[in-house]
Amino acid sequence: MKCSRAIAAAPVVLAACSGPLSTLDPGGDVARDIARLWWGMLAGAVLITVFVLVLLALGFGRPRAALQRHWIYGLGLWFSMAVLAVVLGAGLWVGERIVPRDDGAVTVRAHAVQWGWHFTHDGADGRPVTDTRTLHIPAGQPVDILVTSQDVIHSFWVPQLAGKMDAIPGRVNRLRVQADRAGRFDGLCAEFCGLGHAAMRFDVRAHDVWPPAVADRTIQEGHP
Amino acid sequence: MNDTVQHDAQDLPPNAPRRALRLHRELARVWANDRGVWGQVTAVSHTTLGLRFMATAFVFFAIGGILSMLIRAQLATRQGAFLDTDLYNQIFTMHGSIMMFLFAIPMLEGLGIWLLPKLLGTRDMAFPRLTALGYWCYLFGGLIMLTALLFGVAPRDGWFMYTPLSGATYSPGINADVWLLGVTFVEISAVAAAVEITVTILRQRAPGMKLTEMPLFAWYMLGTSAMMLVGFPPLIAGSVLLEVERAFGWPFFDPLRGGDPLLWQHLFWLFGHPEVYIIFLPAAGAMSTIIPVMCRTPILGYGAIVAAILGLVFLSFGLWVHHMFTVGIPHLALAFFSAASVLVAVPTAVQVFAWIGTIWKGRPELHLPMLHILGFFLTFVMGGLTGVMLAIVPFNWQAHDTAFVTAHLHYVLIGGFVFPMMAAVTYWMPLITGKARVKGVGEAASG
Ligand SMILES: [Cu+2]
Ligand SMILES: [Cu+2]
Repeated sequence: MKCSRAIAAAPVVLAACSGPLSTLDPGGDVARDIARLWWGMLAGAVLITVFVLVLLALGFGRPRAALQRHWIYGLGLWFSMAVLAVVLGAGLWVGERIVPRDDGAVTVRAHAVQWGWHFTHDGADGRPVTDTRTLHIPAGQPVDILVTSQDVIHSFWVPQLAGKMDAIPGRVNRLRVQADRAGRFDGLCAEFCGLGHAAMRFDVRAHDVWPPAVADRTIQEGHP
Repeated sequence: MNDTVQHDAQDLPPNAPRRALRLHRELARVWANDRGVWGQVTAVSHTTLGLRFMATAFVFFAIGGILSMLIRAQLATRQGAFLDTDLYNQIFTMHGSIMMFLFAIPMLEGLGIWLLPKLLGTRDMAFPRLTALGYWCYLFGGLIMLTALLFGVAPRDGWFMYTPLSGATYSPGINADVWLLGVTFVEISAVAAAVEITVTILRQRAPGMKLTEMPLFAWYMLGTSAMMLVGFPPLIAGSVLLEVERAFGWPFFDPLRGGDPLLWQHLFWLFGHPEVYIIFLPAAGAMSTIIPVMCRTPILGYGAIVAAILGLVFLSFGLWVHHMFTVGIPHLALAFFSAASVLVAVPTAVQVFAWIGTIWKGRPELHLPMLHILGFFLTFVMGGLTGVMLAIVPFNWQAHDTAFVTAHLHYVLIGGFVFPMMAAVTYWMPLITGKARVKGVGEAASG
């Protein structure tokens, strides 16, 4: 039963590696760093799983001496701590690379409500421009999104551009995203927020020219 | 040889065999349940109540399982046309809540209550009436939630009940109140069980049984009950605060009036993370008991396993924030909780390798419980490794709130709880029923 499920799941798993909502089809440096971290951890986890299951299978033989020195200290303590130290170190290194920092990055606001988004950026004339369907960002540079909510907790997530950041009423959180090229990306609300949660999708449009011209934006609006 | 015994016993007062039997019968009568239905209601015996806890938990397990099938049916339907959204929200909320609060916790309490006095060599738990109180609280809380489900007013804000969504403004109606009341009753039941499990293990061991020599299962239950005593009060407190906010408008979680929605998350996960180990430890205790028997050898590293239990108990309270990596906490603070979260894998690894070492040391036989134990290894290793991945902050930012987490927790809970419980049930069933099982049926089921 287990085998048949695994075989049935294989195409689904592979199909999930690309597409507009895939974290493994990164559209910028932030998401790419995280995707690499995942592939590294996946490879390690596969090796460890095989290793443990082989050890288990080898246990089904004639009785052998099993020393605490090997099993408890060697495998249980040192092996696991060594692996964990490497993973933790890699995680912290990637984390430090992608957190927002004070480097004058363009800032855009994302305001969540039940069940939709208001996105605001500074227009060419310096006045704020608000859009309810599409988040506009500049391409090829880091962008900080200031995320907040009006009612319940939502979560801002554009899988191809970065991890997620919760939109919490009464707080403003900062998330750094980056798109390599101009183009469209898909975003969604990632925190269960009630009846309309599943429909809380949005578009992201990365522009080469920033701030985007009005005409450029209206074309986008016409897009279903 | 008989002569020497008689000779040595000459100085003792005579003790006629017939009198001993009568005394035994009298004692058995004192400890037995009263007759009839009323006798079942007033029962305080740990055997009766432990089994009743487990039987009731299995009923809830079946109900939760049916709900999970409805969830799968909904997800398999194009456009999710099978259930309407409101009903679907109720069903996935109830699936999680039932499995956590009405199956897993009562199941492990039942196993502990049923088994501990038998292992420790005492007649009953320290406070038999508290056992009964715990059972009735559990049943009452569970029935509140089931009734609400039948009438279509079940909780629908997710099993984690995040505020402000679960507050009065965004969840009018009694749905959320049902959760808060029902779960609080079950939590009271759990705290009652934790108190008496702790006292029973510390005070009622058979004469001469040192803490350092007691069966490992008792160490596991001691760790579990210590965690329950510290971990459950935050959720009870959180539930009371939320109910007071909902019923009387005190703004604990309302940011507009000076409250903080994250307070709920801290209280919930301060319970919710240790909860994972509260569920895992008794199951691991069953593993540490059954594996040596299946392999006909003593366990490898008794002392190391006890140290691992104590380490888990301590560490499990320092990592609840890994459920909150995306709420906007600074990276340096996240690094601390990330380190604590990967560190907790070490005691778990110690146990897994101690079990495999025991299998190497002994002569493993594939009796039915051992098949379920193999199921544990196949599932739990992957559950544990995905857990380490989720403890890594940047990856968590991507994987948090996705099916990856759902899959991880099901691997951990099915591998780390359901399979060991199946092993435990098949292992101890002859002791429960007094009968040998029908050959082949269980093997077919576990395959
Ligand atoms: Cu939302
Ligand atoms: Cu946790």
